[in-house]
Amino acid sequence: MSNRHRGSWIAGGVLLLVALSSLIVPALSPYDYYTPQLDLISKPPMLQGGHLLGTDPLGRDLLIRVLWGCRISLLIALVASGISVGLGVLWGATAGYAGGTIDALMMRTVDVLYSVPFVPFVIVLTVLFGHELWLMFVAIGAVSWLDIARIVRGETLSLKRREFIEAARVSGVRGARMIGRHIVPNLLGVVIIYATLTVPTVILFEAFMSFLGVGVRVPLASLGSLIADGASDMQAHPHLLLVPAAVLAAIVYCFNFLGDGLRDLLDPRQQS
Amino acid sequence: MSTAPLLQIRGLGVYYATAHGAVDAVNDLDLDLGAGECLGLVGESGSGKTAVLLAIMGLLSSQARLRGNIRYRGTELLGLGAPALNALRGARIAMVFQDPMSALNPYLRVIDQLSEVSRVHGGSSRRAAEQRALEMLESVQIGEPERRARQYPHQLSGGMRQRVMIAMALMAEPEIVLADEPTTALDVTVQAQILSLLQQVRARTGAALLLVTHDLGVVAQLADRVGVMRAGRLLELADCERLFASPRHAYTQTLLAALPKLELPA
Amino acid sequence: MSTYDASMLLEVRNLRVSFPVRHAGRSVRVRALDDVGFALASAETLGIVGESGSGKSTLARTLLRLNEPEHGQVRFRGLDLLSLNGTELQRARARLQMIFQDGIAALDPRQRIGATLEEPLQVLKPELSEDARRERVLTVLARVGLEPQHLQRYPHQLSGGQAQRIGIARALIVEPELIVCDEPLSSLDVSIKAQITALLLELKRELRLSLIFIAHDLPAVQLLSDRVLVLYLGRVMEIAARDALFQRPRHPYTRALLQAVPVPDPRIARQRRAPPLAGEIPSSLSPPSGCVFRTRCPHAIERCALELPVLRQLGDSQVACHRAEEL
Repeated sequence: MSNRHRGSWIAGGVLLLVALSSLIVPALSPYDYYTPQLDLISKPPMLQGGHLLGTDPLGRDLLIRVLWGCRISLLIALVASGISVGLGVLWGATAGYAGGTIDALMMRTVDVLYSVPFVPFVIVLTVLFGHELWLMFVAIGAVSWLDIARIVRGETLSLKRREFIEAARVSGVRGARMIGRHIVPNLLGVVIIYATLTVPTVILFEAFMSFLGVGVRVPLASLGSLIADGASDMQAHPHLLLVPAAVLAAIVYCFNFLGDGLRDLLDPRQQS
Repeated sequence: MSTAPLLQIRGLGVYYATAHGAVDAVNDLDLDLGAGECLGLVGESGSGKTAVLLAIMGLLSSQARLRGNIRYRGTELLGLGAPALNALRGARIAMVFQDPMSALNPYLRVIDQLSEVSRVHGGSSRRAAEQRALEMLESVQIGEPERRARQYPHQLSGGMRQRVMIAMALMAEPEIVLADEPTTALDVTVQAQILSLLQQVRARTGAALLLVTHDLGVVAQLADRVGVMRAGRLLELADCERLFASPRHAYTQTLLAALPKLELPA
Repeated sequence: MSTYDASMLLEVRNLRVSFPVRHAGRSVRVRALDDVGFALASAETLGIVGESGSGKSTLARTLLRLNEPEHGQVRFRGLDLLSLNGTELQRARARLQMIFQDGIAALDPRQRIGATLEEPLQVLKPELSEDARRERVLTVLARVGLEPQHLQRYPHQLSGGQAQRIGIARALIVEPELIVCDEPLSSLDVSIKAQITALLLELKRELRLSLIFIAHDLPAVQLLSDRVLVLYLGRVMEIAARDALFQRPRHPYTRALLQAVPVPDPRIARQRRAPPLAGEIPSSLSPPSGCVFRTRCPHAIERCALELPVLRQLGDSQVACHRAEEL
């Protein structure tokens, strides 16, 4: 197995490394993410002087800022994805298994929510509640569950007809037990793939929101806000854009790779 | 029966290299098929019987490793180059597959699939090939052949599709017909029709038939000689009546004993 | 038979099941079963035979209420099965079980065998303690000839025969009164078929099981059944005691079916026999008028196209054929 999934293992390793670094390194570094050092404005990466990746327009260490950015981005990604996957799976599986009117009602709800324009929605929320971090979780989670719900419903419809589901029905299994014990576990393969596709989407979404100025509040930074800041100054100080963008790209790439490996890992048929 | 066998298989081995070592699909098989003869090859799943047919037709996957010889009229088939093999396949040696729905092209009408055989192998004109196709459909007892010929495979019933496959196999008047479980997917009354048809076809064309099946009842009806395979090896080969009356190998005996026989009034 | 006989284990009357099907761009209803009726006594095995399109699988599913019929009655010891609501149906499931065709497909690929076997007890016999459940699982496992180590396995690690044994074990574990076997031998190899048939026979005798054994494999049906019902295109052609059906088949279709079974004996197989039954099974989308078998019946007369034959008693069999007496 390790041969086939070497890519997934490496991706997983990289992500783990990034996550751990984002938690540990800021604690070890003399620099923080918010104290300006006005004598060291926008310095490019330098090996001496301690600022490995340079500084931002306010003289703050870019490496630390980027690691904090990773922390925020990964946190939002995982929590928001967790919400959307959880909600999407339960919604889709219930609708698919129940069928009939319940299915119709549940899926029409999804259709209606689908038509809500996302960006204005988030902007309105931000205006109402301010630049709160939890808002990001809610807003993003509230929208990305729709795709998963649809996919899961489709999978459930085909799962419903399989012989082992009928056999479970004959054994008296029904309702929540059927969905929880037989439907959802057999959806895992699909769900994992979609979940690992959702995470990068969420990260990019958040980045986009921050880019628009709707998102994390200064001085906190997410990868998106760092990219936004860097983009406005990219002619003179390219490192301000390139560093966070490269890190974002790497994270997204790794998540995409991870999906395959995870899915096979959780499939009993692959463990012989 | 002519003295030299039409098809001569010696020491045939088919194996696949896997992560767990080599897996033998066929192991050291010797078999002869005489002109006009019907040889039944019987075995359960995994016995390698289908692999034998695929080896003859050169249809094994590229991962299969082959040993031994398969000679058709003296020509070695294993390792034969594509042009020579294609000249034989469909023309001198034809195959009827188990599942007609997978073996027939769902996007081509029946008449197009049948006439393709004539055009590829005989170089016939389209009109001549289509005419022959219609004749062929009639000879396999498909009613309303003109109408059926214009249909697509999914519009035909299972039995009819199997007849079309047999017709397709016979288009170029082959000397050898290989049949891989030709009636397994069919209802028992349709199976009886197809078996009867195969008997008539043999009588009419004089083609030799190498019939692979797990059903000893099918073999009892059609075969002159019967070979019993298990785990890639040929365990017993004998005249049909002798094999059923006094099987020598223990596995053959087990197989025959396992068959529930229908007790009917004599 | 106008009143229900509570001593009968199962009574089915006038069962009609149809499905919507897309055909030529429109949605039409196909009748999978039409006017099917039979009875089953305790400790009796009814064999149901038919080819494709006969509706035998639909019948199995409908009896277990995996399908809903549009018409008809199914009475289980007098209890009207079709009118039960969710909770009542669940209670009934402890009394009526099923063995599926594909042993491996009938098992949840993500669940170990032990959990699969325990589940019917958890759901249908919640009064049992965990220990009592474990004990039953082990007992039934031994009964079908498997070892405790198999409990730890996943379905994909089992052979077809082993999976089917688990299917049988799962049906037995709740100690049902009736087990419907939906083509339990079809996906098995010849030698395994024999083993499973022997197991079913043994269990039937030892536990005095009541079975409905649905198959297209006539020799197996002959071995296991006490009575046999013949289905064609969703309608009952003949019902008779096992020996009566196989020795003195009354319906032309039954005769043709018995004739068509390949005989593993070259001397018999090669004798001049009646020519095989001509024609194909008609499409359920447009069944023939009158007797559905008439398009292939060598004895069809005009009346067969006009009038639907009714299942009636003839000697010790029930036959649906206008000409049954003369033939």
